[in-house]
Amino acid sequence: MTTQRVKFYQVGSFAVGNRLLDPEQRTIQSGPDRANALTSGHRACRGCGEALGARFVQDAAMRAAGGKLISVNATGCLEVFSTPFPETAWQVPWIHSLFGNAPSVASGVAAALRAKGDTRTRVLGQGGDGGTVDIGFASLSGMFERGDDVLFVCYDNGGYMNTGVQRSGATPPAARTATTPAVGPAPGNPFGQGKDAARIAVAHRIPYVATATVADLHDLEDKVTAAMELHGARYLHVLVPCPLGWGSDASETVKLARLAVETGLFPLYEAREGRIAAVTRLRRGPVPVEEYLRPQKRYRHLFEPERDEATLDRLQSIADANIDEYGLASEES
Amino acid sequence: MREQIEGSQAVARTVASCRPDVVCAYPISPQTHIVEALAVLARTGKLGAAQFVNVESEMAALSVAIGASATGARTYTATASQGLLFMAEALYNAAGLGLPIVMTVANRAIGAPINIWNDHSDSISQRDSGWIQLYALDNQHAADLHPVAYRLAEEVSVPVMVCVDGFVLTHAVEPVDLAEPERVDAFLPPFRPRQVLDPADPVTIGAMVGPEAYTEVRYLAHTNAKRALERLPVLAADYAARVDRSVPAIADAYRAVGAETLVIAMGSVVGTLEDTVDELRGEGVGVGALGLVAFRPFPVDVIRAAVAGRERVVVLERAQPTGSTGVIGTEIRAAVPGGPPIHSVVAGLGGRPVTRASLKAVIEAANRGELPELSFMDLDTGLIEAAGSRP
Amino acid sequence: MFETRIHGRGGQGVVTAAEMLSLAAFIEGRFAQAIPSFGSERTGAPVIAYCRIADFRLRTREPVSRPDALIIQDPTLRHVGGIFDGLPSGGYLLINSARPIEMLGIDAHLGHLHRSRVKALNAGQIARSHLGRPLPNTALLGGFAALTGQLALESVLEAIRQTFGGDVGEANVRAAAEAYRQVAAKSRDRRHA
Repeated sequence: MTTQRVKFYQVGSFAVGNRLLDPEQRTIQSGPDRANALTSGHRACRGCGEALGARFVQDAAMRAAGGKLISVNATGCLEVFSTPFPETAWQVPWIHSLFGNAPSVASGVAAALRAKGDTRTRVLGQGGDGGTVDIGFASLSGMFERGDDVLFVCYDNGGYMNTGVQRSGATPPAARTATTPAVGPAPGNPFGQGKDAARIAVAHRIPYVATATVADLHDLEDKVTAAMELHGARYLHVLVPCPLGWGSDASETVKLARLAVETGLFPLYEAREGRIAAVTRLRRGPVPVEEYLRPQKRYRHLFEPERDEATLDRLQSIADANIDEYGLASEES
Repeated sequence: MREQIEGSQAVARTVASCRPDVVCAYPISPQTHIVEALAVLARTGKLGAAQFVNVESEMAALSVAIGASATGARTYTATASQGLLFMAEALYNAAGLGLPIVMTVANRAIGAPINIWNDHSDSISQRDSGWIQLYALDNQHAADLHPVAYRLAEEVSVPVMVCVDGFVLTHAVEPVDLAEPERVDAFLPPFRPRQVLDPADPVTIGAMVGPEAYTEVRYLAHTNAKRALERLPVLAADYAARVDRSVPAIADAYRAVGAETLVIAMGSVVGTLEDTVDELRGEGVGVGALGLVAFRPFPVDVIRAAVAGRERVVVLERAQPTGSTGVIGTEIRAAVPGGPPIHSVVAGLGGRPVTRASLKAVIEAANRGELPELSFMDLDTGLIEAAGSRP
Repeated sequence: MFETRIHGRGGQGVVTAAEMLSLAAFIEGRFAQAIPSFGSERTGAPVIAYCRIADFRLRTREPVSRPDALIIQDPTLRHVGGIFDGLPSGGYLLINSARPIEMLGIDAHLGHLHRSRVKALNAGQIARSHLGRPLPNTALLGGFAALTGQLALESVLEAIRQTFGGDVGEANVRAAAEAYRQVAAKSRDRRHA
């Protein structure tokens, strides 16, 4: 897999429009033959990072599977906004069972395909961070350790947004949620809690684990394609900003995802068979975390009524530690 | 072919004859021998291409079954007690999705206090989950109910629990006629799912349904259950004719003709009850038994007919009645308003043996008019007093 | 109906013994039921199993409280409370012990029994010599056949073969057969005495 190294500087960012690229360099999503597995007309919020991510993931997986794909969805925003009876936005065979069991259901789909001798149809599981990192984690870990032939994708927006923005095990430190309110002596989500689901996936020594965001959609598609080239249990952890939960403008979804990467707060990497195999280095010197935090109302208490320097320093040190641990130092430096 | 065989082995080998595509298992006593036997059958190629999946919890076991069933696989799992409760959310889901999964419940008490022995508190607690519940009278019956369960499940698109008394049946060795696989094949055609996850014809399964249609979905599930109740005896009779033995599917009456006292029970205690009935009939006591097989859907008409004209009905309740008057007795009272007095007797909780002597004493007390609406059989009042409580 | 209760310890094959008894009866074309008394699977813990044999289909599921025969696989269990409960005057008692019955200190439990129906069998030693391990259950089954006359030795041996198979099965068959000879000989001695 040759990763597209696009270096257009557009609107002051690294975003690139497909129409500026040669046709063969464009995203799968921009192609007229895309599967359109998650079609338009669904009921996601404007600026929904998860809907964007799911579109790209589904269609990249559909292309890799030659159109023979079954999708399993955990309970959550993606499920709710896409299937209000009697309508459905899915143009793939799709099943939703429960909140905490999507990886197991996907394992069951894969087992049925094996039993029937169907070696062509592939299985994709997906859920939000609540369904993946919290309530479905035992199910996910079981799917990993058995090596079931499933690609599971977590769309991580850092909380239970479907139920009104409560804290999950993927909520970042200091972030305000409805259950970690910005009141009291330590406002927002406590430091030192939460779990790094992608690294735990790596620890299962499964064939492929990768992190991605909806900021670099070429990279996201490439990682889906790379995962689909392999068999066994695979995991993709995709950061998907949520305007509702993050208190950000709907137009800033992609920008925030990019800033999460450029600050070092969300490292991009691929791991194969339990080892980190590739890291996406920053394209320029790391952006201070403040640039990422400030546009999000979930961090407003860090800036108003007065600046919380100590907490900002702690968050900056998390980004710095990531840059050090993963070797993210920019290509330009 | 008759064999002297453990109940779990008989169930496992009959399930194997049903040609499941996916078997998933998480161990819990007293279900273990069933899935262990299936693991051996799978490893030795006796399940064909079937996949045997060891999972990390009962929740996962039923969830794997859900995914597999929705993909068109005939699926099987088994559990008991805490495991059944741990999969409770998925139980309702499988039924709501209309997935014809068959599951053996090796009936066991629920903690706390933790107790691994037999009663029906586990499956009774899931009576409204939308699963059909069939209670096996003995190991022959336990084995025979499984092909019937698959045929029914797949015909009406409802999951079925075959409830088999833990240890008392699952671990008992007794003679069982195992149906030849070709007879099961002739009875049970390959699974043709109502809807299936298939890239050639994409469907959305498990959509969100709002107030405008949820009641209608539930109404259809209810009428479907009623249809299952109609089809169940027909299918059981079909299978019974093929294996040349009776396979009670709704209820099994024993010396009930002319009995003033009818004792109703579910599961393996019915055998002990029948021996007791013989003993009392020998003494000129007009007593009969009704072994209830189908508890969900509840066979109201059969119960009405069975209870009509009796002087009294004694119901053996093998599940905790906390704060009420016994689950089965309550259903029977509701089915037969203005009928004879219904005496719920809580018996055999957490492995307490139900003996002929105790059954006889209870029936005699009922006949003397001394049995209250709810009582606990063989209650050790001394133990309760020793614990500082009043019985 | 003939009801047997077997007492032993986890790991001694108590449940398997009851199952083999039921299998032997099945081989003879009779009806039989073997039921373990159920507990968690701990080695060394007291275990009870039951076997009913009849010429009609067995329906009752209750534990055997008035056994026609009692088999005690581990002599150290003889002082466990209630172990002899329910044994009627015509009942049989077979206990695995290297010592004669008179020296086991259980006379208080034996008063009502026929002396010819009470036997101590050194099943542990028989097992050691044939199996290399003191697993007494198959030897006791051979002794049971001789003591009670409820089952033909051949049926018991066939049940053992079907249960274990191969060399292990044959070693157990030899143990059971030797136990049968010992118990049968003791009975003859007693009759002649």
